[in-house]
Amino acid sequence: MYAVRLWSVRHARGLNAFYRGFEGVLKRMHPLFKALGYERIERPVAALERTVKGALFDCRMCGQCVLSSTGMSCPMNCPKTLRNGPCGGVRDNGHCEVKPEMRCVWVEAYRGSQRIPNGVEAMSKIQFAVDQRLQGRSSWLRVVRELNPEPPAKPGLDAKPAAGKSGVTP
Amino acid sequence: MRFEDEPVPGYPLPILPGHTSPGRFERVLRAGGFAVTTELAPPDSADPEDVYKRARVFDGYVDAINATDGSGANCHMSSIAVCALLTRVGYAPIMQISCRDKNRIAIQGDILGGAAMGVCNMLCLTGDGVQAGDHPQAKPVFDLDCVSLLDIARTLRDDHHFQSGRKITFAPRVFFGAAENPSGLPHDWRALRLAKKVAAGAQFIQTQYCYDIPLLQGFMDQVEALGLLGKVFILVGVGPLRSAKTAEWMRKNVPGMHVPDALIARLAGAKDQAREGREICIELIQAIREIRGVHGVHIMAYRQEESVAEIVDRSQILQGRLPWYPGRDEAPQASQRTA
Repeated sequence: MYAVRLWSVRHARGLNAFYRGFEGVLKRMHPLFKALGYERIERPVAALERTVKGALFDCRMCGQCVLSSTGMSCPMNCPKTLRNGPCGGVRDNGHCEVKPEMRCVWVEAYRGSQRIPNGVEAMSKIQFAVDQRLQGRSSWLRVVRELNPEPPAKPGLDAKPAAGKSGVTP
Repeated sequence: MRFEDEPVPGYPLPILPGHTSPGRFERVLRAGGFAVTTELAPPDSADPEDVYKRARVFDGYVDAINATDGSGANCHMSSIAVCALLTRVGYAPIMQISCRDKNRIAIQGDILGGAAMGVCNMLCLTGDGVQAGDHPQAKPVFDLDCVSLLDIARTLRDDHHFQSGRKITFAPRVFFGAAENPSGLPHDWRALRLAKKVAAGAQFIQTQYCYDIPLLQGFMDQVEALGLLGKVFILVGVGPLRSAKTAEWMRKNVPGMHVPDALIARLAGAKDQAREGREICIELIQAIREIRGVHGVHIMAYRQEESVAEIVDRSQILQGRLPWYPGRDEAPQASQRTA
C-alpha cells in the first residue's frame, strides 16, 4: 500500500536495523533450510516474503532485494524499474514523470538513505543488470545461501566472467 | 580542424593512443577542443534523403550529430538506421540507445552492429516512459537501466564478451556516453549519479537543457568536489526557446525541464520572441563555456534546426575551427572559417 510504503521510508533506519538482526537469524537457520531442502521450502518462504515485504514496501519480488541500498524504497516500483537512481524526468514537486500521483521512488530512496548509516554510500554503489529468472523467488533464501557458501564442487565452474556478477546487497 | 590522416568518407580514422574509438568526436575532445554537438530528429519516413537533408543543415557547424532513439517515446526511423546512413557518407553520429524498447539481447546486438557500420559514439540512456509518446499502449521493456547498460557496453568493448560471458571475436571500438540532468531532483544527489555513470563506463556526458546557470554551477562544483574533472567530458545541453508560450509548454510537458521564471518574462517582453530566444541561447553558451570542467555544448533545436548555424557562428565557440562534413575538403576555403 502506498501510504505504508512511504511510512517504511520514514522509518528506514529502524527497518534497516531490524533487517540486519533478521539476516543474522536467517543465516543461522542454514542447516535447517538445508535439511528441509532449499527447493522444497522455496514456495512457502517466497509466499511469506511476498506477504511481509508486499505490505511494507509494495515489494515486486524481483528476487534480488536491494532495499538496504535504496533507503527502504523498493526501486521495482519505479515504472522504469530503475535500480541506479532517478531518471531525468522527476517533476518539480518530487513526483514521478510516468505516474504523476506517485512520489518518485528515488526521491524517497534518497530520503530513506540519509536516515540509514552509510545509506548514501550504499545508494552510490552500481547495481548491475537484474537476473530476470529470479523474479518471484525468495531473496531471503538466496541471501542465506550466499552467506553460507558451499565449497565449489567443480573448481573452474565459477571462472566464467561476469555471469555470476550480481553486485546486489540484501 | 583537419587531420593529416584524413580517410575516405565512411572509412574509420586510425585510433590514436589513449583513444577508444576511431571517431572525430573523441579526437576533438581529447585534443582539448570545445566540442559542439546537436540533435537530428529522425524522419517519419523511409526515404534516406530525408535523413541527409536534415544532416546537411549542420554542415560545418557541429562535431557530432545525435540520432535520437524514439525520443519522447514517439515512433520514428530507428537511431541505428539513421546512424548507418550518416556513417556511409562520413558523418560522425552519436547513436542513442534507450532501454525502453529493447532487452539486453537486442541492445548488445545493436552495439556490435552499429560499431560494424562505423558508429564511433553511443549514448546510453534509460529512455522516456511510453506514456509520454504516441504509443501509450506499448509495452515498456526496461530490462536494463542506463547504468547497467553502460556496464554491459563497456564489458563488450574492454573485456570482449557478452553479459552472458560468451566471447566476441572483434570488440566494438566505441566512445560511450550518458546523459544527466543537473536540474533534476534530488539536486544534491545528481553529481553522485554522474559519478556512478562514470564508474560504470561513461566517457562523455550530454546534459538535459540547462537554463539556470547558478544551478549548473552548483552541480559542476559538486562534480569537481567528487574528483570527476578530467575523468569525463561534459557537454552542456542548450537550445533556443521559440517563444514564452513554448517555454511554458516545455516546462510543463518535457520531463525534467527547468526554465527560470525570469527567462520566460524576458521572452514575453521581447518584440521578436524567436530572436530573443536565440539571443538567450548565445548568452547561455558564453556563460557555460566559462565554467570549469565543461568541454562543449549540445545544442538541441527541435523544429528550428536551421538556427544552430547562427547560434554557433554568433557565439564563436568554434574559434575558427571548421568541423568536417562531406565535401569540406573540396571546398575552396577549406579548413578555416573565413568569417
